[in-house]
Amino acid sequence: MSLTPPANKIWWNEPVEKAEILWVTLALIWALIMFFMMPVWHVYGKQNVSNEAYRIQPDAYAKKVEAMVAKYTVRQEKGNNQPVVHPPAGSDVYLLARLWEWYPILELENGKSYRLHLSSLDWQHGFSLQPANINLQVHPGIEMVVTVTPNAAGEYGIICNEFCGIGHHTMLGKLYVTK
Amino acid sequence: MADFRTCPVTGLKVHLEGEKLIKWNAVTAIVFLLIGGLFGLLVVLTRWPEVHLLPADLFYMALTAHGALILVVWIVFFEVAVLYFCCTVLLQSRLATPKWGWVGYWLMLIGTLITTVAVLQGNSSVMFTSYVPMQAAPHFYLGLILFAVGALIACFIFMGTLVIAKDEKTYEGSLPLVVFGALVACIIAIYTIASGAIILIPTFLWSVGYISHIDPLMYKVIWWGFGHSSQQINVSAHIAVWYAIAAILFGAKPLSEKVSRMAFLLYIFFLQIASAHHLLVEPGLSSEYKIFNTSYAMYLAVLGSMIHGLTVPGCIEAAQRQKGFNKGLFEWLRKAPWGNPVFSGMFLSLILFGFLGGISGVTMGVEQINIIIHNTIYVPGHFHATVATGTTLAFMALTYFLIPTLFRRSLAFPTMAKWQPYVFGIGMGMAALFMMGAGTLGVSRRHWDIAFTDAALKFNHPQAAWLMMGLAGIFGVMAVIGGAMFCLVAVGSLLWGEKLSMEPAPAPAAGAAKPAVASHGDAGTFTVPGTFTLAMVFLIAFVLYYFVNWKYLASTWGLS
Repeated sequence: MSLTPPANKIWWNEPVEKAEILWVTLALIWALIMFFMMPVWHVYGKQNVSNEAYRIQPDAYAKKVEAMVAKYTVRQEKGNNQPVVHPPAGSDVYLLARLWEWYPILELENGKSYRLHLSSLDWQHGFSLQPANINLQVHPGIEMVVTVTPNAAGEYGIICNEFCGIGHHTMLGKLYVTK
Repeated sequence: MADFRTCPVTGLKVHLEGEKLIKWNAVTAIVFLLIGGLFGLLVVLTRWPEVHLLPADLFYMALTAHGALILVVWIVFFEVAVLYFCCTVLLQSRLATPKWGWVGYWLMLIGTLITTVAVLQGNSSVMFTSYVPMQAAPHFYLGLILFAVGALIACFIFMGTLVIAKDEKTYEGSLPLVVFGALVACIIAIYTIASGAIILIPTFLWSVGYISHIDPLMYKVIWWGFGHSSQQINVSAHIAVWYAIAAILFGAKPLSEKVSRMAFLLYIFFLQIASAHHLLVEPGLSSEYKIFNTSYAMYLAVLGSMIHGLTVPGCIEAAQRQKGFNKGLFEWLRKAPWGNPVFSGMFLSLILFGFLGGISGVTMGVEQINIIIHNTIYVPGHFHATVATGTTLAFMALTYFLIPTLFRRSLAFPTMAKWQPYVFGIGMGMAALFMMGAGTLGVSRRHWDIAFTDAALKFNHPQAAWLMMGLAGIFGVMAVIGGAMFCLVAVGSLLWGEKLSMEPAPAPAAGAAKPAVASHGDAGTFTVPGTFTLAMVFLIAFVLYYFVNWKYLASTWGLS
């Protein structure tokens, strides 16, 4: 019984039931398939988390964002008066997280690739692009660079999905993808 | 000289001081399950969009309290009771240093109270994870540290008792499988508590001003060595409880001691390394680290769980077939005591943990698939399927056994007890499922308002997401009712349950230690076709769900 010491003192010599061996083998094969799916997807898949990140001071990051905003602002958003920025396809685009907003509003072109930079000025935030459902963690002091390629035109919401204090649920940004 | 009594049901010698500690820890656990569950109810009623009960500040406070009280306090107090039960009652040994047991108990209790007060004062609504640089009041961390020290003392008492039992020859040969499982839980617990101490002590010093800066990324990496590994304690502990209940009710013997112990051994080696599940979309960590860590080094811990998934129901099937329930694939299961909450709770825990918690956990733990899941409400969906329908339900089932045997009381409200595992299991299982569904559609966890009413900009979640949040609310309330039924039966039994005789009676426990059962469990004896069929159904569901999520992932934006 499982509650008492093994009846057979040298239990490690007991032969194992075939069904158990078969199941262990199947489970091991499945474990290995799942393991190798991850490196394989890095080679053949189109959605991978970038490994590119840099240490950066928050104010230095804010300067980079402002430089982009100064250069490529095309209009003001009606809802919150934020600049809508339309950088050239293929360029570096910067998004900044702070209590409790995403800044600025980016406008990207469908099918084009951009190097998206993400960092926070204060606490941790969660970049949750909806409805594409892309979720990345945003840290203060770390600049993450991820190459994004939009696959559908439209208006996207950027929800903060890392709890960041009492205004957390008001931290909603926007992103446009044009045709 | 230690004082013992002889259990009238099993004939086991029970160390009285040890028994008292088991009882106090278990009862305290249930009290905090009740309190934490009430905070859970407030969370459910706020996230149910049509109800939206609490204002934002109280919601975040309730959510912090719910997480800390359930995920740590209820579970760990009960686990201490399970550890003491395994090392004293099952090994028929005296407990090592009962006085230190009380020191541990009071440290845990005082720590809990301090942290709870900190949360309720309102300045520590930082969530259970308390990610820096967000700062809680110093006593929020201090309470957790005291709690951890108390739990660590309990772990060492367990280890010490194993030494005493071996030394005083209270048993012969190897540890019983259930005690071995508890030992695995204890080893993981020590690692876990050490990780917690390494990060929470400096964070406490930071909160009082002695340290100027805690790196947010470093904090997270170490904190999750505590946060995620503490859930691995639960896995080992509740699997030990599954084996125990299978043995108690059916006299079940492991199909193979070797295989089951190997599966536990895989936990020691691999289950506790994993903490990167929460760091898969983090900047600054390499993919190599993430892949190795999140897969428990090639999913070897998942292999361990899949083995238990076969051997636990398998040993029940073998025992039942031995008794003559041999018709077809599933007579052994159909004729199982479904009206006995000890069995129904245990078996529902097994099924729900495997199908909902296990499959979702492995799938969301894939480095790339995590992109479409991280910090959505899918995450709490997953861990309610593991911690609530897995661990909590298994512990509830064990409690129904301990009330008559250890506390010597008959169950109050037996009809309610009979239905309780179904109400709780189905309610929590469905709530978890709908949370996962809403998460797949992009709804965030730890979020007060999916309508974004107070935001300057607008975003509309799809209608289906709203529907699923509503359904999660309804089934969440059902789960709370199930939890309340448990607390009512448990507390009611202790207060008003009929006192059972302490006189030794010759009657053996339900099927316990029937000699006939000892002969299976070896090659060429009983086969377990029913369990094998169930296992194949599980594997197929697993494979399908896994690849469906890759397909979801492939449909989103390109990322590299």
